[in-house]
Amino acid sequence: MSEHGYSRRKWSNRIVLILSGVAAGLAIMVLVLILGYTLVRGASALNVDFFIHGSTPVGVVGGGMRNEIIGTLILVALGSLLALPVGLLAGIFLAEFAGPRVAASVRFAADILSGVPSIVVGVFTYAIVVRPMLSYSAFAAGVALAIIMIPVVARTAEESLRLVPNSMREAALALGITRWRAVLSVIVPGALTGIVTGIMLAVARIAGETAPLLFTALGSFWGFRGLFRPVGALPLQIYNYALSPYSDWQRQAWAAAFLLMMLVLGISILVRWLSNRRRI
Amino acid sequence: MASGKSEQTSQGRARNWIFGRRRHPGDRIFSRLTLVFALIIVGVLLGLLVVLNRDAMPAIRQFGLSFLTSSVWNPVKEIFGALPSIYGTLVTSAIALLIAVPISLGAAIFLAEVAPSWLRGPVSFFIEMLAAIPSVIIGLWGIFVLVPALVPVETWLSKHVGFLPIFKGTILSGLNVFSASIILTFMIIPIITAVSRDAIKAVPDTQREAMLALGATRWETIRRAVLPYCRSGLVGAIILGLGRALGETMAVTMVIGNADKLSAFLFSPGSSITSKLANNFGEASSDLFTASLIELALILFVITLLVNVIARVLVWRMTSVKTATE
Repeated sequence: MSEHGYSRRKWSNRIVLILSGVAAGLAIMVLVLILGYTLVRGASALNVDFFIHGSTPVGVVGGGMRNEIIGTLILVALGSLLALPVGLLAGIFLAEFAGPRVAASVRFAADILSGVPSIVVGVFTYAIVVRPMLSYSAFAAGVALAIIMIPVVARTAEESLRLVPNSMREAALALGITRWRAVLSVIVPGALTGIVTGIMLAVARIAGETAPLLFTALGSFWGFRGLFRPVGALPLQIYNYALSPYSDWQRQAWAAAFLLMMLVLGISILVRWLSNRRRI
Repeated sequence: MASGKSEQTSQGRARNWIFGRRRHPGDRIFSRLTLVFALIIVGVLLGLLVVLNRDAMPAIRQFGLSFLTSSVWNPVKEIFGALPSIYGTLVTSAIALLIAVPISLGAAIFLAEVAPSWLRGPVSFFIEMLAAIPSVIIGLWGIFVLVPALVPVETWLSKHVGFLPIFKGTILSGLNVFSASIILTFMIIPIITAVSRDAIKAVPDTQREAMLALGATRWETIRRAVLPYCRSGLVGAIILGLGRALGETMAVTMVIGNADKLSAFLFSPGSSITSKLANNFGEASSDLFTASLIELALILFVITLLVNVIARVLVWRMTSVKTATE
């Protein structure tokens, strides 16, 4: 190292540090390119018809994604409904009740589950729900989305509960209430912002998931016709329309992308705002 | 290490909390209840393995190892071989890693060591926002923006560097293995950046101070004192990115071209395990066809399982327990 001249070392230092900035800039540039194009192109593709009409048959110009918008809302609600009890209680278990060894294995399982490709979750749900029930269904899609959501909710709930200081636990117990009451009425409210943040992140993630819907929700020309019938969803329709040769369908794909993007961005910004506020 | 300490206090707390005087039956019921729900997570993971294995069995019995080595995919004659898809998955992921790793590590170094503190928050936020964009939107953008923009690059490469077999051939369409790899690159940059940034941040300041006190420049400090210290965390971050790349479905399916052939030429259409599943599962007409596709899913599951286990162990050793996903 001492062989090198001082100015040479200084220059290589400067160059590498600048390169690291360039790398960060590149990553941001990719985001700006995708985001900017989607927002500009999508905003110009939106119109009132998009929100109030269903899809049209092949070749008929016009129509919208009313059914898919409703479908996505239903699927997200269904996924959350199935995932929240499991995720939250598992989070409470990990943070408050688990012995170290059990906690480590459950935590590990949650982390691994969150890394399972979403299409594999789709195939799995097909095998355990769609095949036995002999029908694609909104319910099956809800199960698939819930499986994706559970580990995220569980781990973020656990993290937030851990941030609640031990003195709160001691204070609650000192008042003579039982442990389960202490958890539900003192500890959980104390961690609520963090828990809600985690839930919102999970919702943002499943709202845009497409792969697990392919063989569960399947998509539908009609609107929502019940839990045990196929249903359409925005991401599915983006996929179908993006690959179609019709320019009007491609336009609608961009409009749907705009809508999804706003949802995801809105949630990300809200989450950031919430967690900044928590720090202060 | 910091992680060991926090682990210990939480263990101590858990012990006090449940193994203390347990008088009230409500406590026992509630803690059992949470245990049951926590075990659902473990159950789903085991269920994945068992169910996929069970439903893939007809294909495993029928084709055995030739499923992995054959490149015939013929639904009419019911002969299925997965080599082209497995090859496509491995090649796209490898190229994506090759491009994403230097960019991500550079960005992580910038975020953890170089950037002024007011810049770190916003830049991290933007890079992580890239991870939040739904994959189907990135695919849409890929089809209409990236692929047309890549075609001139590909033409130039095949003209001037065409002596390499990977660039040698006729470009039929922008929807090809190379485009899919570039899309994948974009999709794994955020996770590699975020995890390696945390690993670098976990390096104690004494490491840096000792090196700087010897008269080293900042880059020398980073290279010789910081990066070696968090090596396992960085490798973990890269492997985590690999896991993401292997399982990515929509964006890849939309730009890879969906052709069932084995070709070294990067600018030819191909397929990946995920694109194969996305395209064929709905149309699977026979039980053996479905079983073959489920076997593909099983292969993908096992590969990503191994990759994620390795990554988690490496990252866990390095940083304190952080949130499960980005």
